Amino acid sequence: MAIPRDHLATFLLRLADDHLILGHRLSEWCGHAPMLEEDLAMPNIALDLIGQARVLYQYAGEVEGRGHSEDDLAYLRREREYLNCLMVERPNGDFAHTMLRQLWFAAFMHPFWEKASASSDETISGIAAKAVKEVAYHIRHCGEWVIRLGDGTEESAARMQAAVEALAPYLDELFEVDEVSDAMAAAGIAPDPASLRPAFDATVSRIFAEAFLEMPSAAWPQTGGRGGRHGEAMGYLLADLQYMQRTYPGAVW
Amino acid sequence: MAKNEIPLWEVFIRPRNGLAHKHCGSVHAADEVMALQAARDVYTRRGEGVSIWVVPSSAITASDPELKDENFDPAMSKIYRHPTFYKIPDDVGHM
Repeated sequence: MAIPRDHLATFLLRLADDHLILGHRLSEWCGHAPMLEEDLAMPNIALDLIGQARVLYQYAGEVEGRGHSEDDLAYLRREREYLNCLMVERPNGDFAHTMLRQLWFAAFMHPFWEKASASSDETISGIAAKAVKEVAYHIRHCGEWVIRLGDGTEESAARMQAAVEALAPYLDELFEVDEVSDAMAAAGIAPDPASLRPAFDATVSRIFAEAFLEMPSAAWPQTGGRGGRHGEAMGYLLADLQYMQRTYPGAVW
Repeated sequence: MAKNEIPLWEVFIRPRNGLAHKHCGSVHAADEVMALQAARDVYTRRGEGVSIWVVPSSAITASDPELKDENFDPAMSKIYRHPTFYKIPDDVGHM
């Protein structure tokens, strides 16, 4: 089944932007983590995400067919042209916020990549086969921290529950569907995001049960990222991310 | 944050099958599960291993450095313990 190239390019940019922006957020911890071990673990995860973003941008540039390189797409678009979901651009907050955001994103991406490894698009199935192993570790690492903080001291439990409340409004956007995601699902390129909810819930509820955490009910969902409408934090993030390429255009290593 | 309440673990990595685990350093972690993850993140980023052991540092009994002379010096004069006094026939080749 033929799908519009624009839809495929949009789909790839959304996915790539999720990974770049979350990878950038995680990299902000580098040198600031509560202990050396975590100071390596978080940039490790960030590098996994940025590696995934790179191949997705390369492919997006190819599909788009306007001669954009991965760097053009990563560094030289305007805020409204970034299509990441809002959760990944949220400020890091404390360590509990960062671990929870990472766990939720990974718990969504794991079934996504699992299904996408049987994609009708060979490039995507190739990316998925590598990513699924990386993201399995992200769930394990962040999940163990969420359990220990949730089932830890009074303060760590309170901070963990506060993180759940703060990030809950951004959860539903992960599962949002529109004509782009519908076209991908119909063509067998990528799974329908809404169909991943049971797998996500199973992962998160297993971890939350051990962590004595409650999922908040009826949070008012915040959406708009897939259409380029972002929160205030996004502009500051992009200023940081794009500074080098804006100041020294075309600078390379 | 990371003060004395987080225990220390010794990390052993096996570089490939058939070789022994070798001590490569230590990490701080609250328990054995987190210690394995920390060891993975700190010591296997460049493909160094296929297996990791972690052992609580407190479980290791070490020899007393003060006793170095009486422990190890007596071995120095007993060169006949080294297998260097045999003539190996040429036909044996490389051993």
